[in-house]
Amino acid sequence: MLKTKVFFKKTKRGSVLKVVREHYLRNDIYCGSSGCRHCQENENFKPVLMPDSISKSDLVPLPHYIIPDTNVVLHQISILESPVIHNVIILSTVLQEVRNKSPPAYKRLRDLLANENKRFYIFVNEHHFETYVEQEPGEEDNDRNDRAIRRACFWYQEHLTSVPGKRKRDPNITIVLLTDDRDNREAAIRDGIKAYSTSEYVESLKGHPELQDLVAKIGTCIFIDNKKSVFPDHLPASVVHDGIKQKKYLQGAFQASRENYLEGFVNIEGMEKPVLIQGLSHLNRAVHDDIVAVELLPQNQWSAPSGIVLEEKVDDQGDAVEENEVGEPKDHLSEAQPTGKVVGIIKRKWRHYCGILQPSIIKDRNMHLFIPAERRIPKIRIETRQAETLSKQRIVVAIDSWPRNSRYPLGHFVRALGEVGDKATENEVLLLEHDIPHSHFSEAVLACLPKLPWAIREEDIEKREDLRHLVICSVDPPGCTDIDDALHCRELTNGNLEVGVHIADVTHFIRPGTAIDQEAAARGTTVYLVDNRIDMVPELLSSNLCSLRGNEERFAFSVIWEVNKKAEILSTHFCKSIICSKAALTYEHAQLKIDDSRLNDEVTCSLRRLNSLAKILKKQRMDKGALILASPEIRFEVDSETHDPIDVEVKQLRETNSMVEEFMLLANISVAKKILEDFPECAVLRRHPPPPNANFDPLIKAAKSRGFTIRIDSGKGLADSLDAAVVPDNPYFNTMLRIVATRCMMQAVYFSTGTVQEEDFYHYGLAAPIYTHFTSPIRRYADILVHRLLAASIGSDSTYSHLLDKHTVQHLCNNLNYRHRMALYAGRASAQLHTRLFFKDRIEQQEGYVLFVRKNALVILIPKYGLEGNLFLNRDCEGGTSVQFQFNEEEPSQTCGKVTFRLFDKVIVQISINASNVQHQKMVLKLVHPTVPGFSVPSQDLSKGDVSVSSSEEMAKKRKKKS
Amino acid sequence: MARTEAFFDTGLRADGRDPSQLRKISCKVGAFKQADGSAYIEQGKTKILATVYGPQEIRGGKSKVLHDRALINCQFSMAVFCTSERRNRPRGDRKTMELNSMLQQTYEAAIRVELFPRSQIDIFVEVLQADGGVASAAINAATLALIDAGVPMKDYVCACSAAMVDDFPFLDLSHLEEIVVGSMVTFACLPRSKQIVLSEMSGRLHLDYLDKVMDAALKGCEDVFHIMDSIVRSQVAHMAAAMG
Repeated sequence: MLKTKVFFKKTKRGSVLKVVREHYLRNDIYCGSSGCRHCQENENFKPVLMPDSISKSDLVPLPHYIIPDTNVVLHQISILESPVIHNVIILSTVLQEVRNKSPPAYKRLRDLLANENKRFYIFVNEHHFETYVEQEPGEEDNDRNDRAIRRACFWYQEHLTSVPGKRKRDPNITIVLLTDDRDNREAAIRDGIKAYSTSEYVESLKGHPELQDLVAKIGTCIFIDNKKSVFPDHLPASVVHDGIKQKKYLQGAFQASRENYLEGFVNIEGMEKPVLIQGLSHLNRAVHDDIVAVELLPQNQWSAPSGIVLEEKVDDQGDAVEENEVGEPKDHLSEAQPTGKVVGIIKRKWRHYCGILQPSIIKDRNMHLFIPAERRIPKIRIETRQAETLSKQRIVVAIDSWPRNSRYPLGHFVRALGEVGDKATENEVLLLEHDIPHSHFSEAVLACLPKLPWAIREEDIEKREDLRHLVICSVDPPGCTDIDDALHCRELTNGNLEVGVHIADVTHFIRPGTAIDQEAAARGTTVYLVDNRIDMVPELLSSNLCSLRGNEERFAFSVIWEVNKKAEILSTHFCKSIICSKAALTYEHAQLKIDDSRLNDEVTCSLRRLNSLAKILKKQRMDKGALILASPEIRFEVDSETHDPIDVEVKQLRETNSMVEEFMLLANISVAKKILEDFPECAVLRRHPPPPNANFDPLIKAAKSRGFTIRIDSGKGLADSLDAAVVPDNPYFNTMLRIVATRCMMQAVYFSTGTVQEEDFYHYGLAAPIYTHFTSPIRRYADILVHRLLAASIGSDSTYSHLLDKHTVQHLCNNLNYRHRMALYAGRASAQLHTRLFFKDRIEQQEGYVLFVRKNALVILIPKYGLEGNLFLNRDCEGGTSVQFQFNEEEPSQTCGKVTFRLFDKVIVQISINASNVQHQKMVLKLVHPTVPGFSVPSQDLSKGDVSVSSSEEMAKKRKKKS
Repeated sequence: MARTEAFFDTGLRADGRDPSQLRKISCKVGAFKQADGSAYIEQGKTKILATVYGPQEIRGGKSKVLHDRALINCQFSMAVFCTSERRNRPRGDRKTMELNSMLQQTYEAAIRVELFPRSQIDIFVEVLQADGGVASAAINAATLALIDAGVPMKDYVCACSAAMVDDFPFLDLSHLEEIVVGSMVTFACLPRSKQIVLSEMSGRLHLDYLDKVMDAALKGCEDVFHIMDSIVRSQVAHMAAAMG
């Protein structure tokens, strides 16, 4: 059975251990080229590479295959992804290095390999008996790998030309090595291999000038003579490593300051205060989020954050030379905190950045500066020939390098998003800045989908419980196409009730380990924006095959309880089933059915039973101390054609919302119990840690200002005292208090039970000892994991090793938590974007309440729109006079003359949009009532407001006509 | 996902083998002349020496005497230098105790113990280097040593380890692979009668995968058998030639 011919030992030295591994070489690895006479005879040979008949390149007139080296794949992957490039051989040496160095690049490479049209082929040169090279004594890893790549190129060249019995008309295929390393290129040319740098090759491609902008500027950094370096050298990795071990240097993530570009912090584990970094040369090319090594300065040089806002000069077009910019250190050293300087970068966390081009003063220059939307990222120098067209657009740029002698990092243009201010563009920016994967699903993912027309097969029916006869219905918000839950309730002959929650069986379609599964795991959640939805799974599943639509037969995962009239659970049953929903209702519709006493059909009766049970369940939950929290959720009425917001309103909650919620909670808790019982080490649960007492300070202060006391000893105490805090003349007070309470809470997180102490499983907000997410597998990946666990525990599906490994599961959970957080932020940012669009070209006057009192501002909540905005105090007014407010931190209040603002005071404000900063448009609030002379603005004529509204409507109409 | 993908992304395993390929096996029967029978086996980088003494008189207290069959006494030890991290002691820890009892059970089933009542057969197994598949290599080594000692057995006992990785059964795992896969099985069988004398599992494996893994492992055992058989036959031919 051993096919190995030669047998080598490969020694790899770790830090302490000597690891010896076997390395088998084989003679059955094929070249993958179609029409290859050597390999063709073998039955296992599948040709992937098909040479083009004509070459597009001026440099290489013959048909050719491209072999990129590791750095080309790492940095120029966008070139490889362009449709012009195909027939690429990926050597296993390269694949391995890419995997170790950059997971994102590796993923993109895997997608390319999965795409058949790209004709990418993996050649396992490391295990081929003719291309394996051994590391020579004293040879560096990189040099050895470069040699292995050259060896493989050489082998290919020989292999493709030395075909036995070759006929003349056979095309001659050559090999092109792409490498940006000059030494490697020269060595390759010496060996007789055609080698070019990426930019050389791309320039030679006929008819594709746009590719040239995509070339990353690596190693082509500006070598300007006689210019002294702006920055000190970074220490080599080994020195940094030793320094950290000896505690000489500290390691942490660099956080740039939002306000001051010459300041930043490094959070270091085990240190109370972050280390302050000031000045350009101390920052030493660290970019926000990088993992850096810092050296502390002697204590007498410690400083304090300057507290001033400092933005980079706009006209900073001069190249490399710059005077050393230093942030102004503050004088009083009483506030001094640990200060240090960056000595080395441990890991760059560079990503793609959105932003705009800075208009260049000199025309016809190719070098431009790019201003990122995120203020914490420095400007980036890029080269582009399309500056004219790009100047009015949002673009995406990647950083390639930051050489010592360049004031700015060097990058390259990746793509344009569209016009600044355009809604589609701004949405795209929002998604990119929140790191939300939103590209189209790759070919590999789509290949995992079932073929249409899809039908239920006999064997499926055998495996599942047939619940098609039950009167099941779903209740969702209007316009919902991804229906993942449905309910039923019927009376049993013994007088008890049978309640069923039926959840879309997504795991039937998404099998573990497939491309679609990996994609869903990476996305983690569906992201809901105001006018858009970024699906976690392709639409065919989310809106069709998995969605429990009315009157269609669908697979479900059912939880069925037998309960008595007091809503006590007598038995629980889990099963995979087939259901046929009798009606897909909206919350409103369901509510109408329940309330309409004339209706007595089965769906309505079922709903009524559910509703009455839900009320009991809710009461039980409240008695246990579950919290009702509030956050203003808004809904935009959107123009059906232009998708511009027409009106904003606060979401309405009906009884039916709470009804569905109760049963989802019940299902989640039942499932949590079941999977914890069967998989104590690796169940995926959700916990909500109780907040530390200090978090409640703002809440306690706020309640005290109206004479209420809030008990924070337990969830129950908190819930009761919140219920008690009601002011008759201000019905909104209680809601506001709950909004404040929401802000005190911690984030709920997913976790693997093997990694957390059992006491910490508690879900504080719901007052449940254990909780998980089971009910929305279409839009949350956590639910998919829970479904698989539950399916395994009832024996209807198999487990796989990753599901049972608590560390892998925890790793997945960490990603899910991150994605959920980002999705939440993106949703908020989208709401803000639409608010800005809504108030664009209009000024409106509204009633609001003071939600928080800050040092320099009041946070105002506008109930009509569920909006929250800052009313800045102590700023220079238009007249040039400035009004001084007195801030009382204890109460807290802001006083100016006779007027005092306290928490929950009613005010009237004027809302408008400040569009002066193109990248950061802001909603501006101005005070109307109560009147503060010199600060507040006069009340507006209502008629004027109407005019502005109608004018914007007219504009909308115009836009419609255009489109 | 990432971890298994990491060693299977080219279609070959990390060391260049196909999923169903065993590592290179080389062995020497009669490596240690002082014992009644001995064998040295290398399965990849796992290296094991097995020696057999007996059948002989019961040593130590007479209380251990079994009147209807022979007593099988195993001593399994792993040299302190056999792993890349130095071990504290060669035997007496949980891992070696477990392997010890596995060996004992295996050979109580495979040796024709009823032929030697009131006597004892000692099997000593010494792991010199461990790189995965220690249990299966130990069984294979002990089988060869028993054959060398001329102890009557029902058949060769051949063992092989296997695990499921992304729907592929991997055979004869190396140490690196053992760490990465969640669960692994080891089967020992009597290849000619297709009887299983030992099955062992570490970690949890879903029932659906068991048949696949078992089939693969048994196929592996058969391969091991062919290798061992050819070595024993050539050894015997060699000895016969020497005896004239």
